[in-house]
Amino acid sequence: MAGQTLYDKLWTQHLVTSRDDGSALIYIDRHLLHEVTSPQAFEGLRLAGRKPWRRDANLATPDHNVPTTLKERSAGNAGILDDVSRIQVETLDANCESFDIEEFRINDERQGIVHVVGPEQGATLPGMTVVCGDSHTATHGAFAALSHGIGTSEVEHVLATQCLIAQKMKNMQVRVEGQLGLGVTAKDIVLAVIGRIGTAGGTGYAIEFAGSALRDLSMEGRMTICNMAIEAGARVGLVAVDDTTIEYLRGRPYAPSAEQWPAAVDAWCELVSDDDAHFDKVVELDAAEIEPQVTWGTSPEMVVNVSATVPDPAEADDETVARGMTRALEYMGLEAGQKMTDIQLDKVFIGSCTNSRIEDLREAAKVAQGRKVADNIQLAMVVPGSGLVKRLAEAEGLDKIFVEAGFEWREPGCSMCLAMNADKLGAGERCASTSNRNFEGRQGYGGRTHLVSPAMAAAAAIEGRFVDVRDYDDASALTKSA
Amino acid sequence: MKKFERLNGLVAPLDRANVDTDLIIPKQFLKSIKRTGFGPNLFDELRYLDEGFPGQDASSRPLNPDFVLNQSRYQGAQVLLARRNFGCGSSREHAPWALDDFGFRVVIAPSFADIFYNNSFKNGILLITLDEATVERLFQETEANEGYRLDIDLEAQTITTPSGEVIAFEADPFRKHCLLEGLDDIGLTLEQSGAIRDFESRHRAAQPWLFRDA
Repeated sequence: MAGQTLYDKLWTQHLVTSRDDGSALIYIDRHLLHEVTSPQAFEGLRLAGRKPWRRDANLATPDHNVPTTLKERSAGNAGILDDVSRIQVETLDANCESFDIEEFRINDERQGIVHVVGPEQGATLPGMTVVCGDSHTATHGAFAALSHGIGTSEVEHVLATQCLIAQKMKNMQVRVEGQLGLGVTAKDIVLAVIGRIGTAGGTGYAIEFAGSALRDLSMEGRMTICNMAIEAGARVGLVAVDDTTIEYLRGRPYAPSAEQWPAAVDAWCELVSDDDAHFDKVVELDAAEIEPQVTWGTSPEMVVNVSATVPDPAEADDETVARGMTRALEYMGLEAGQKMTDIQLDKVFIGSCTNSRIEDLREAAKVAQGRKVADNIQLAMVVPGSGLVKRLAEAEGLDKIFVEAGFEWREPGCSMCLAMNADKLGAGERCASTSNRNFEGRQGYGGRTHLVSPAMAAAAAIEGRFVDVRDYDDASALTKSA
Repeated sequence: MKKFERLNGLVAPLDRANVDTDLIIPKQFLKSIKRTGFGPNLFDELRYLDEGFPGQDASSRPLNPDFVLNQSRYQGAQVLLARRNFGCGSSREHAPWALDDFGFRVVIAPSFADIFYNNSFKNGILLITLDEATVERLFQETEANEGYRLDIDLEAQTITTPSGEVIAFEADPFRKHCLLEGLDDIGLTLEQSGAIRDFESRHRAAQPWLFRDA
C-alpha cells in the first residue's frame, strides 16, 4: 500500500464519520472569525436557538473594516467614520460578548489581520484543522495544519457543531528545488507557480509545497506561499513540519505548555508526507530560474518576470483566454509589448495577509533605507499585519526608515488589500501592491493593481515605476527569504 | 436550505472566464450584516456606469446598456450560463446571496471554484458543470434564440433544450439529496452529536494541547 501524503494524514486524523456517497464530517480544531463573514452566522445561531459547540476553539478579531490612521484608531470603534463599517465591527464585539468567544478588539495590541494573528499567537498549530470565513485561511497550512476558507453558512455550521461537511480533495505536490537568487522571495515563488498552473490549476486539490527552496524559507515565507494557494484555485496549501516550524511556535501564548511540549513535538514530527506517498499531480520548479514577478492583468495568473514585456493576446492559447487578456489590458490601461519596467505608478501598498509580517517589513525597509519615495508616487503606505508586528518593527526602527523615506506608517488591518476601509485606489490609479488579488476594482473602483513582493514594492516606490530589485546597487543587502 | 427540484428558466449568457466573487459582488456591499438585499448590486461594476455604494437607490443609477443582464431579452433570467472557473477568489457567501436575490437558481459553466461551489449549494443554487464544447454550444443557442429556456430536472439529472435535446449532468449524491429535500444540514449534523462527542474525547486524549479549557 502506498504511503500517505501530509493531507491524507490530516484528513484521516479529523474524520468523524464518512458516508458512502463520499461526503464526510470532519472535526474542526480552530475557528477564526472576523467581522465581515460572521454576523449572519451568529444571527442564524440565534434564530435557531443554538449555542457554540466549543467556545475555546474560536478566536475573533476585526480586521477588514478597521481604519489604519492613528487619528481614527485612537478613538476605537467610534473612530470608524463609515457607519456601516462601524456597525459591522460593533456587531462582532456584541456577538463575541454574548456567545462568550475570545476576541482581540480594535485597540488590543494583539489585534490584526486574522491570518497574521492566528500563527503569531500559536493559535494555529501543526496537526490542527483551521477554518475561517475567508479564503486566505490557506495561509495556516504553512504549519502543516489542514486549513481552508469557508462561507458564512459553514461558519454557522462550525460554530454549532464543531464540524464541517467535507469531501476529500486530491493531492498535488509543488516541488521547488534549488536556491533562490538574491532579491527573489517567497512571493515570487508563489506568483511563478500561479503563472505556471493558472488560477484554476489547483481547483479540487490540496497543494503541498515541498523541495529544498521551501525548506530554506522562514515561516513567514511559507505563509506567503500557502496564503496564495487559493489564487491557484486550491483551497488548501500545506508545508510539512520541520525544525523551522517547531522553533517558530516555541513560547507563543496559545502553544502547548512546557509539560505538553515534548509530546506535541513528537506528534508534529509525523506531519510529513511519506516517501512513497502518491500525488495525483506533481509540478516542479527550479528556484534558481525564478525572477522577481509582477502581475500585468486582472487575475493573479496574468504574471510575468519583471524583465519581460506585457504579453500579447494574439499569442494566447485559445479565444476565451485571448478575450480575457484583451479586456484586462483595457482595464489596466496597458499595451502589449510594453516593458514592465516602463510602467509608472501612483501608489504603493505594503501589507495584507500575504506580506505584512515582520520579515516582509524588514525586506521592504532594506530597500527603502536611505532613499526617498519618487515624486510621482502620491501615497506609499506600510500597514503592519498586527499590533505585535507593529511593535516589533518599531523596536527595530523600521518605522523610522519608512517614514524618512516618505512612506506612511499605519495601524494594523487588511487595509488596501480589499479597500473595505478608507484606504483605496481612485479610478485609474495604478498601484504596486504586496497583496494577493489584482481583480478589477479590488483595491477601489477602477483601481489598477500590480502584485509584487515587498522588496519589489519598496523599489517601485523609490523609482516611481517597476524596477528589478536585483539591479539595485546594494543588491547584496537584500537577503533571500531564509 | 431552499429546495431545488425542477426549473424551466430563461437563460442569460455571461461570456467571460474567471469571474471572481469581487466581480459578482464588490466589497463595499459586504458591510451588510444581513443575508438579503444584495440583488441590486449583483455584478455592480459591470451593470452600472457609476460607482455603487451601500444603501443607494439602485433604480436611479445609470445602467451599462452593453451588459448582458441589462438587455430586455434577458429580464427574468433564472439560469446563468458562464465560462470556466466561475466564482474564483474570495470566500464571500454574499456572491451566491446576490445571485439568489437577483433571481438565479442555476449556474451552468465548464468549472467552478471550490468555495463558491459549496456556498452556492448551501443556498439552494444548483451549479451544473458541463464540458467546454457543450457550454460553447449552449452559448451559441442562447445568443441566437431570444427567449431561450432550459428545463432542468435535478432528480433525473438532465437539461432539456427547446429543441428537445437532453443533456445529462453529474450531481454528487449528498448534495443532490439535500437540495431535493431542502434539508437543514446543521440539523443533520447535530443528529450525529454522539459520534462528534466520541471523536472529541479521543482527540482530546491524543492531543490535549488542542484544547485550551482542559
